[in-house]
Amino acid sequence: MDTILGRFRNLIVLAAILFAQIVGLAVQVKSPSGQGDTRLIRVWAVTAITPLEKAVIGTQNFVRYAWTNYVYLRGVRRENRELRAELDRMKLDQVRLQEDANMARRIQSLLAFKEQYIDSTVAAQVIGTSGTDQSRALYIDKGSRDGLRPDMAVITPSGIVGKIEQVFPGSAQVLPINDQLSGVGVSLKDTRLQGILRGAVNGTMTVQYVMADERVVPGEEVVTSGGDRIFPKGLPVGKVTEVVPGKDLFLNIRVEPAARLDRVEEVLVVTKVSEKPPDVQDLGPIRASDILAQRLPTVPNQQPVDANGKPVNPASPGSAPAANTSATANGQPAATGAKPSTGAAAGSGQSATPGTKPPVRTPTTAGGLTTPGATGASNATVVKKPSTTATSPTTQPGATGAASSAATTTTTKHSATPTEDVSGTPAAAAPKPAPRKPPEGSAPDTGTNPQPQASQPEADNPRR
Amino acid sequence: MTANPMPFRGSLTSREQVAVYEFSWPVVIFVPMAAIAIQAFLPVRVRFFPILDLPMMVVIFFATARRNPITGCLTGAVIGLLQDSLAGMGHPIGMFGIADTIIGFAASSLGVKIDVDNHGTRFLITYLFFIAHQGIFFGVAHGLLRQSLQWSWSQVAISALANAVVGMFVYSFLDRFKK
Repeated sequence: MDTILGRFRNLIVLAAILFAQIVGLAVQVKSPSGQGDTRLIRVWAVTAITPLEKAVIGTQNFVRYAWTNYVYLRGVRRENRELRAELDRMKLDQVRLQEDANMARRIQSLLAFKEQYIDSTVAAQVIGTSGTDQSRALYIDKGSRDGLRPDMAVITPSGIVGKIEQVFPGSAQVLPINDQLSGVGVSLKDTRLQGILRGAVNGTMTVQYVMADERVVPGEEVVTSGGDRIFPKGLPVGKVTEVVPGKDLFLNIRVEPAARLDRVEEVLVVTKVSEKPPDVQDLGPIRASDILAQRLPTVPNQQPVDANGKPVNPASPGSAPAANTSATANGQPAATGAKPSTGAAAGSGQSATPGTKPPVRTPTTAGGLTTPGATGASNATVVKKPSTTATSPTTQPGATGAASSAATTTTTKHSATPTEDVSGTPAAAAPKPAPRKPPEGSAPDTGTNPQPQASQPEADNPRR
Repeated sequence: MTANPMPFRGSLTSREQVAVYEFSWPVVIFVPMAAIAIQAFLPVRVRFFPILDLPMMVVIFFATARRNPITGCLTGAVIGLLQDSLAGMGHPIGMFGIADTIIGFAASSLGVKIDVDNHGTRFLITYLFFIAHQGIFFGVAHGLLRQSLQWSWSQVAISALANAVVGMFVYSFLDRFKK
């Protein structure tokens, strides 16, 4: 017996080790959660390895930042000038987008929609991977000590990355959206079709459970639907690259990720998402008919004339100057807009007191760039581009779909009464200059508005 | 490389004694740890790095240098399990462990038979052991766990070639720690 054991000792040891590991594998496969005894060894391994990776990353970053921030500064001044110019342009865009977002919130409030807001995030750095092609897990340098918990969303400014799978004291494991175990509730941005985004072994992603008779074209953007209760609604996911028929009457929609999942270095972990109705307290009262009035073509309004044929000074309640004045007084010149407040006043039959005041067009300072008449320009932009209202609120996650559907619903429900709001509201057509020869000094707009010509024609025809 | 005339242990070839090398404890502990850390860290910066398998090279090196099958399969098991534990949840612990255990056993058994200090031999055994490693891994994933992996001969051959080339430098570096 001893001879046999001694002779085959090596093979027996090999068989014993393999047997133990196979039993361990079997236990894990039987356990769907994958937790239990294996978690401890994972914790040990990760705890032992991640400090080394953190040290390497930290040293590398120190050297790189020292070089780029203090030594290699070639072209920085030119780049700074370009960035400042771009910043100015972006701030002007922000004013317009804020206008659209405010309108979307108002529409949402009418339909009692609730939005998901990202309240707080934790910035983290990717410090490692699984090291194999079979698993695409990532490791980040923040863990439970930083408030991270499993199933938190991991995003970048470009798009979503994945979710927290496991949390360790000083690090966490991220399951990317292109991992074969991942599943994300998504919707197609234009068609509003919903499906589940799944990863594959080779790292590709497909949207599943979209019926084959739906029309999906490559290039369409894919955003989160919020249905998985992990990712807030409206975050960019990627773009459709290929649409092929799948099995069981479903389409296989291949998606290219918006975030560079293979080269992601810094991420944001969404640690708190709150759900609340849109805040429209400071946006002023508005009715559905007012929104409708902004979206429908306006009837050119003829200025009243007196017995001599001269135009009467339109300093009446609800006129355009009054609207601008009240909007400015609210401290929300770009957000409030002229038509909603005036429409409400006209519809209720009350006299808008601010409307009797002389028009005041406060120059708006946007990020150091003073733009006189920015209020009027913003109003004009909102009226001119109603379709952008549905898409622009992507800056506020969760607003996209709601805004789009709300706008549609509003238009449909109130289609029977557009004439009253549009034609009965002087503000709807008031910004337009009189088609006839305007008398000098009689139009209050021309006397105070620094840039009336730029904004008024756009406000005339919202459908143009 | 200078092979110290260490007292012979383990099996014996028919014609000549084969040198058996030993390593200090810090080397035994930190070299595999460093290999696993590099394997986990470098793919963040270098996209093609996952085709290399540094932990497997370390297993082959220690197994062929010690020339003890039991030590070889134990080394392979420990390194493989550590590598497993860094992988994601879809990767059960033991897949690399089984593959590296068998590779460690085979490499140490082979080290008893042939001279594995030669560069050509090292290149060849690394190339073949990588293919065997991938085959074992695929067999475990496909046969035991029913995972849907795809086997590509061309990809495995290219990866094996890359591992064999890189392995030459890794082995030359690790030779400095031999005692």
